[in-house]
Order: sequence, then structure tokens, then C-alpha cells
Amino acid sequence: MAVKKYEAGVKDYRQTYWAPEYVPLDSDILACFKITPQPGVDREEAAAAVAAESSTGTWTTVWTDLLTDMDYYKGRAYRIEDVPGDDTCFYAFVAYPIDLFEEGSVVNVFTSLVGNVFGFKAVRALRLEDVRFPLAYVKTCNGPPHGIQVERDKMNKYGRPMLGCTIKPKLGLSAKNYGRAVYECLRGGLDFTKDDENVNSQPFMRWRDRFLFVADAIHTAEAETGERKGHYLNVTAPSPEEMYERAEFAKELNMPIIMHDFLTGGFCANTGLARWCRKNGILLHIHRAMHAVVDRNPHHGIHFRVLAKALRLSGGDHLHTGTVVGKLEGDRGATQGWVDLLRESFVPEDRSRGIFFDQDWGSMPGVFAVASGGIHVWHMPALLAIFGDDAVFQFGGGTLGHPWGNAAGAAANRVALEACVEARNEGRDLEREGKDVLTNAAKDSPELKIALETWKEIKFEFDTVDKLDVVNR
Amino acid sequence: MADIQDYNSTPKYETFSYLPAMGPEKMRRQIAYLVSQGWNPGIEHVEPERASKYYWYMWKLPMFGEQSVDTVIAELEACHRAHPDHHVRLIGYDNYSQSQGSSFVVFRGR
Repeated sequence: MAVKKYEAGVKDYRQTYWAPEYVPLDSDILACFKITPQPGVDREEAAAAVAAESSTGTWTTVWTDLLTDMDYYKGRAYRIEDVPGDDTCFYAFVAYPIDLFEEGSVVNVFTSLVGNVFGFKAVRALRLEDVRFPLAYVKTCNGPPHGIQVERDKMNKYGRPMLGCTIKPKLGLSAKNYGRAVYECLRGGLDFTKDDENVNSQPFMRWRDRFLFVADAIHTAEAETGERKGHYLNVTAPSPEEMYERAEFAKELNMPIIMHDFLTGGFCANTGLARWCRKNGILLHIHRAMHAVVDRNPHHGIHFRVLAKALRLSGGDHLHTGTVVGKLEGDRGATQGWVDLLRESFVPEDRSRGIFFDQDWGSMPGVFAVASGGIHVWHMPALLAIFGDDAVFQFGGGTLGHPWGNAAGAAANRVALEACVEARNEGRDLEREGKDVLTNAAKDSPELKIALETWKEIKFEFDTVDKLDVVNR
Repeated sequence: MADIQDYNSTPKYETFSYLPAMGPEKMRRQIAYLVSQGWNPGIEHVEPERASKYYWYMWKLPMFGEQSVDTVIAELEACHRAHPDHHVRLIGYDNYSQSQGSSFVVFRGR
């Protein structure tokens, strides 16, 4: 056994943390960082520095290093790759032993991987592109309270995506008027309506009043249509105690689903609420406010696919993923990559979709992808082709903005969806024949006909800021 | 206001119930899709007033491994003849997801 002696001073990080010969273990947590180093710092040193600062290291040697088995606990930078088309930065792959992290704690994993290291001077910018969670770690996490299949069984929705709508204006409605908007959407044919993420418990509409009127709207719409309905009651609150109080009241009212904002609320609150939801049989819809602050810059921050994986571990039955076709940012290949990471039980490495590692989820339930933001009936064929059945399509303006009101807008969306599903099952190519499918369905639905006339010209054609780095310059 | 149409909600029964009732050709294509997905066809029926319950009456047993669209249609019609006033729905049991890959009403009851 090699003998180690204490020598005070500052060593190059690479002496300890650069290990190109290392073969990662199946139980290691693997991370891919995109590193933009400071001028004069070479790649191996920068990669080793990131591995050190996100695991056991500090800037200088300390005698207490010798009281433990550092070779067992340290993170290792084991591979470096060029970023296609961008020579200001490079990819560094780091392996962390599983024992560095508390079991079942997304909080603890993030505190290490995206902690102090992101402010580290040796790197000009740093982005966490992907993380491979070993199955051994996945099994320590609670995950989605119910998952896709159980939600389908509970809500009785099969063979199609579900339809939702965020109630607008997002702020300012009284509880009773708000319940009216919910009722109109649900009786018209939507499966869900949603609190806007900003709706918590403001002076114009306190949460308890909102919950009561919304419950009445749901029960009435269910009795009229014979279908199961829900409204994502937002229980995001200033403190965990208030969050649980709101969740308990939703349960008392027999509500099938509640909602949480996992980034502004935080992973600690989210994991706790997801466990509560499993225990109490209530579905959990997850919003992602603040994500673009951390995931949009291509050189710094955390990629959304990592946030999506973290949410699946922490727990949620739905997660917003972007629409590809609507008003918000989202590259198609990359979006399909993280949608797979939410829904599938095994996702292979696929650089064309931004996936750097195989990811095995074992028996962890899948999460519904939620497509929301600037979409309307004309987008339906493309949405179904991109997302398939295990998704929720949410038309806010695209329901409430119908010239005849919410119920007619909801019916138009439902007819359009069912016509597209029927056509897909018949083997038709939705992205080529979508217009034909919709105009044909509108012959039997005056609500859809008017919707198609109202929104015909709307398009969102801005280029995405964060593109996948797949083409070499 | 004259150009605004009023919307009346009526009882519905989930997937495809917002489209006009399927004719024989459309029904055949949907059944062919269900079979092609590897799902096992199953038939259920119920009085319309009980339609919102999870469980409807099961018609015989699910047709495990059935590949023939004609056989499925014959059973659907047999169920419909025996219960002309009931909703009759076709389910595609997906034993991998342990759920239903599809479920839709084929004959609408009275």
C-alpha cells in the first residue's frame, strides 16, 4: 500500500482529480459539465478543479485529508471532449462515488454538483449539461407520487393526450368569477384547468375561497358530462406549514390534483409534498417558474434536462416541458430528449437529442409532459406528432380567447384533439395532413370552425437561443 | 351577440365521444390500430346512467392475442345485440404498461 505523507501548500488540482484512466462504476453519479475556462487555465486543470470543488477538494492541502480514504471519496474528471462548433469551451465528464450523497436527496446532490463550484474563479462560465443517476441512487428516491399509468386509471383517460387550460387573466379575478371560468372550460370538454403559477393567496382571491368555488365547478362539470375532471390547485406557499395546510384542504374537498412550483418552492418542499401526495392519493402537477433563469444561457447554469431528471427523482406527476411550436423557447430534438427522460424507463445516450448518458430509471413511474404556452387548435396535429399520448396540452388563450367563450373553446380543442388521434390511428401523417384533418372535423363542430378562423394567422417564428451543439464548425 | 352560439353540455364518455358516432369503416381502422399495438381487445357495456363509474359489465373475457379485426367486430355486435340500450366500449389492454392503451365507446346507448 502506498504511503502518504503530509505536505502543506497548494498543489495543481490535476495531480489529484484528473484521472483519464478511470473507468466509472455502475454506481457512480456521472456529470457532464460544459466548462469555459479563464484564459491561461488549461483544460485538464480546469476539469480537475471542477471535479475537486464539487466533491472533496478545497484550494489547499489540509492535514485532515490524510485521516480518510480520499481515493474512495473524491470526484474524478475522467474525460474531456470538444464542444462541436464552439472552441471557447469544452465538455468535462466527472464521476462521483455514490457515498458522497445522502440517499433520496436531490437537495444534497445539487448542493454538491451546482454549489460553490459555479462561482469558482478558475472558470469563466460553467454549465451542468447532464447527470447520470445510477439505478442504485434512483431506488432511494420516492419519485412521482403516482405516475402516468396510475393517473390514467384514476382520471379514466385512455388512448389520447389530456387537455388543460390555465385560467386568465392570471391575476385579479375574484374566487367566484374564477370558478365560473373553470366550470365553463371543464363542461366544454377539457380534462383539467390550472391555477396560474402566480396565483397563491393574494388579497383579491384567498386560497380557501378559490378552492371552494373551484371544487363546486369541478363537481358540477363532472355531473353534467359524466367525465372525470380536475383543476391544479396551486398549494405553493410562503412556508411548508401553509403548503401542507392548503394540500389538506384540497383533499377534504375530494380534489384529484394539486400543484407546486418546484424551483421557486424548492426541492425540499417539493420532495415533501410529493411524498404527501403519494400518501394521500392526490396527483401532483409541477410548474417550472425560474427555470429559464438557470437553463437558458448556453454557457452557464443548469440544462433543463438535468432539472427534469431532478424533478422525476424529487416527485411530480406532470412537468412543463415547453411546446416546441408555441411562444416559448424550445428546440425540437432537445425537447424530445427531456420528454423521454421524464416518461421512459430507460433512455440511451443520444447526442443528437442532447443526452450524454444512458439513464436507467428502473421501476420509477413516468411523468406526464405538459405542453403549454401560446398554442391553439392549429398546433394540435404537430403537438400530437411530437408528444404522442402521454402529455397534457394546455391551451390558455387558445381556449378562453374563443369568440363564443370558454365552453365553446374547450369543445373546439377537444374535437380537434380527438380528430387528430383518430387520424393518427388510421395511419395518416399528421404534420402533412393536419390542415385537412382539422377542416374536415370542423364540418361537424361549429365551435372548431370558428376557432380555426380566429387563430389561422398566428405564428411564432423566433429562433431558439439555446441550440444543441451537434454540428462542427 | 347575435353571432355568438350558446354551448350546451351533454353527457360524454371519454375518448372519441366529441366526434360523430363512428361508421363501420372508421371503427374497423381503429380496431386494426389497437391490434397492431399489441394490445388485447376487451369489451364492456353499461346502462348510460351508470356510465361514469369506473367499472362497466365485462362482456365474456378479454380476447387475449386476438389478431382478427372481424372477430372483434363480431363480438362487439353480439354484445350490442344482447344489450341494445347500453353503451358498448372497446378496450385495448396493454400488459406492459399494466394499463389500458385505449378505450372508446363503439355503440352509443339510449
